[in-house]
Amino acid sequence: MAAYIARRLLQTVVILLGISFVTFVLLYLIPADPARQIAGRSATAQTVENIRHQLGLNLPFYEQYLRYVAGLVQGDFGRSYLQKTEVATLIASRLPASLLLMAGAITCELIFGLTMGVVAALRRGSRTDDTLMIASFVGVSAPQFVIGILLLYVFAVKLGWFPIGGYGTFAHLVLPSVTLGFLGAGWYSRMMRSSLIEVMRQDFIRTARATGAGRAKVLFRHAMPNAILPVIAMIGIDIGLFMSGIVVVESVFGWPGIGQLAWQAIQRVDIPIIMGVTLVSAFAIVLGNLLADLITPLIDPRIKLR
Amino acid sequence: MTSSLLSVKELTVQVATPTGPKVVVERLSFDLLPGRTLCLAGESGSGKSMTALSLMQLLPKPMARIAGGSATLDGENILALPEARMRRIRGRKMGMIFQEPMTSLNPVMTVGNQLIGAITAHGNTSGRRAARARAVELLDQVQIPEPERRLGQYPHELSGGLRQRIVIAMALAQNPRILIADEPTTALDVTVQAQILALIRKLQADHGISVIMITHDMGVVAEMADEVLVMKNGRTVEHAISRELFAHPQDAYTKELLSAVPRLGEMAGTEAPKRAVGKAVETRSAPGAEQPMLQVENLTVRFDIKGGILQRPVKRLHAVEGISFSVRRGETLSLVGESGCGKSTTGKALLNLVPWAGEIRVDGRSTRGLRGSTMRPILRDVQMVFQDPYASLDPRMRVGDLVAEPLLIHGLASGGELRDRVEYLFKRVGLSPEQMKRYPHEFSGGQRQRICIARALSLSPKLIVADESVAALDVSIQAQVLDLLQDIQDETGVSYLFISHDMAVVEQISHRVAVMYMGRFVEMGTRRQIFENPQHPYTKKLMAAVPVADPGRSRRDFVPKAEDLPSPVRALDYAPSFSPPSDLGGGHLVWDG
Repeated sequence: MAAYIARRLLQTVVILLGISFVTFVLLYLIPADPARQIAGRSATAQTVENIRHQLGLNLPFYEQYLRYVAGLVQGDFGRSYLQKTEVATLIASRLPASLLLMAGAITCELIFGLTMGVVAALRRGSRTDDTLMIASFVGVSAPQFVIGILLLYVFAVKLGWFPIGGYGTFAHLVLPSVTLGFLGAGWYSRMMRSSLIEVMRQDFIRTARATGAGRAKVLFRHAMPNAILPVIAMIGIDIGLFMSGIVVVESVFGWPGIGQLAWQAIQRVDIPIIMGVTLVSAFAIVLGNLLADLITPLIDPRIKLR
Repeated sequence: MTSSLLSVKELTVQVATPTGPKVVVERLSFDLLPGRTLCLAGESGSGKSMTALSLMQLLPKPMARIAGGSATLDGENILALPEARMRRIRGRKMGMIFQEPMTSLNPVMTVGNQLIGAITAHGNTSGRRAARARAVELLDQVQIPEPERRLGQYPHELSGGLRQRIVIAMALAQNPRILIADEPTTALDVTVQAQILALIRKLQADHGISVIMITHDMGVVAEMADEVLVMKNGRTVEHAISRELFAHPQDAYTKELLSAVPRLGEMAGTEAPKRAVGKAVETRSAPGAEQPMLQVENLTVRFDIKGGILQRPVKRLHAVEGISFSVRRGETLSLVGESGCGKSTTGKALLNLVPWAGEIRVDGRSTRGLRGSTMRPILRDVQMVFQDPYASLDPRMRVGDLVAEPLLIHGLASGGELRDRVEYLFKRVGLSPEQMKRYPHEFSGGQRQRICIARALSLSPKLIVADESVAALDVSIQAQVLDLLQDIQDETGVSYLFISHDMAVVEQISHRVAVMYMGRFVEMGTRRQIFENPQHPYTKKLMAAVPVADPGRSRRDFVPKAEDLPSPVRALDYAPSFSPPSDLGGGHLVWDG
């Protein structure tokens, strides 16, 4: 087990290095000039050149990259070009908000997704099933900013149940979490439905019924632990979806997380922040998958981590 | 005459199909007497499993439904009971065991929890400890060694035989009076089958249970039944006392079914393989003495089991250990043994589908180190027919294209010539060329296996590796396919390496036989040498375990606490020791151990 985790973390280092390289190349190739952005439109060519020199942007590509990686190894993500603050500090101050939002979204996804999926599977072919599956399809296909704005309009503006935006109380958390979880709930409900239908067809369900086990026991004790396995693997992958989702959702709701930080940095070509947020997100995705892989064998004894 | 325990009257079951409801069980009636065994016998599609599921009200809904009839148990018609009341019948009055021990247990629950679940399915009044004690007692009853330890194990840690014992224990957990067993031993090895059948008989005697046994195997019927009900296409063909049925079968179908069953030892005294349906055998000259078609020397297949941070080998699975044999032109050599003995791995090694060590020569050419295009000329001469005719045909290709594919890959024919060749192959295996345009799902199991054979034949191979090729087929179909294989051999002189677990089938088709156990040969010789004069204890055990379609034969004794096969997984530094075989003359080799 420890050996397995050690190996996976070792792989993570390689993955992060690869991602840092690809992102660095892409940011190097984009036509926007960070030095010009910092200096402002009215700055002289000399000023721009000075800034470029100061930030090391005049160096050849490989040297810039090596400097960056050398910093990373020492835990230094660099400084923001514009805010002059340590990127690590910026991210650290924003991360808790994003993690909170993510936890809220996962809760929403699981509550809505699993319930819808189980009900649809048990009422397979009925009108309830059709309705739930249409709803999940809407969840999967509707853009998040549309859902976010709709929810804001109905529940914050018209009904006034929740604040329009901001951060701080539980009420603030509800609408962003639901918006972010909407997509996942759609996926989970479909996955849970097909997985449960498949499991209910298995021989061991028939064996359990033949011993006289009741409906609830067959469902919760025998079917669910088997049916939930693919969903758990999905949660790991989902964290990747969240990372793109929070950029949109945090902007719509004015949520002070790393999504907003990234959004602002992209607009201003603040390369150290973009790099930092990308790496932190990548790490979160890798960690999410690792967690999912660690949880699975707790439910399914056939899976051995080696 | 005792009064019946369960009385089934005019049971009719319908299944919904795209073309409307189809009757799969039609007006079936029988009485089950206390303490007796009734066998429902028949081939696939006869409606025997549907009957069993109807009695438990476990039919796959909404596809299948009970359309009529009654089944009276303790004055209640159990076919008409609502689910909540039916649930109280299941487990308490009727227990059921199923065909597939591999899938019949919940993979994510311990054996103990599943057993305790079965014990307490209708409420637990005496507490968890009492339930646990009962679970141990049940495991002990079904003769599972170390019952305490088993409770904490998961199904995948146990062999098929042990799992089936656990399913039986679950069925018996609440002391039902009726046990319905749906092909309980079909998926098991013969020696394990013999143990399970004996166990069911013992439990029946100890607890006075009535058994409804569903099987396609007339041998199993003879071993178990007091009464037999033969079914075909949902109808009762014949219903009689077991001895009567075997001695004087009345119906033509029963006679056909009984005559199709290969009987072990029926060929004593004959040299050549024999046709199942008693067709005249054209005497062909004995297999040639020239260079063997296939020569295998010291074949060894081992698989590393990896572990640790660096994924280095930590253990090794010894699948095949230094076996040597040869197959001559026009000869059939059978590899026989139980699951896990390495017989299929041997077949795969011949086609370079697994890494191996040793020496393999096909028609004099060594296949060592060949891969991809260099292996292709060899593959023209060696083809394979697999066990499962449902899984080995691509469902999205027309069967004509499937048979033509090898010819295209090897660039041997195209256009009109290709079509003619495929047409010929279809006729050769007994299918009509009009069927070439159809898809695999439109064919029955036997027809599909014919298609697989046509595909294997398309390259005119010199050796066909038939890996359990008739194991999934009904006996009557099995007999036809075996005949076809032998006809083809007579006509083309092709050699077969016939891999099978079924001693009776092996006796029919083989010139020579090699018995495998734990990756090694234990005995090899001509068919007569092996079947008429078996020397190795394992060969004897295998033969004794085959159920014989003769109810007059004394039933085998119950074996307490039989252990499983030893594990072929060994430490890395394990070096197996070899002892040379002793030659009993005429090529009859027997190894020690």
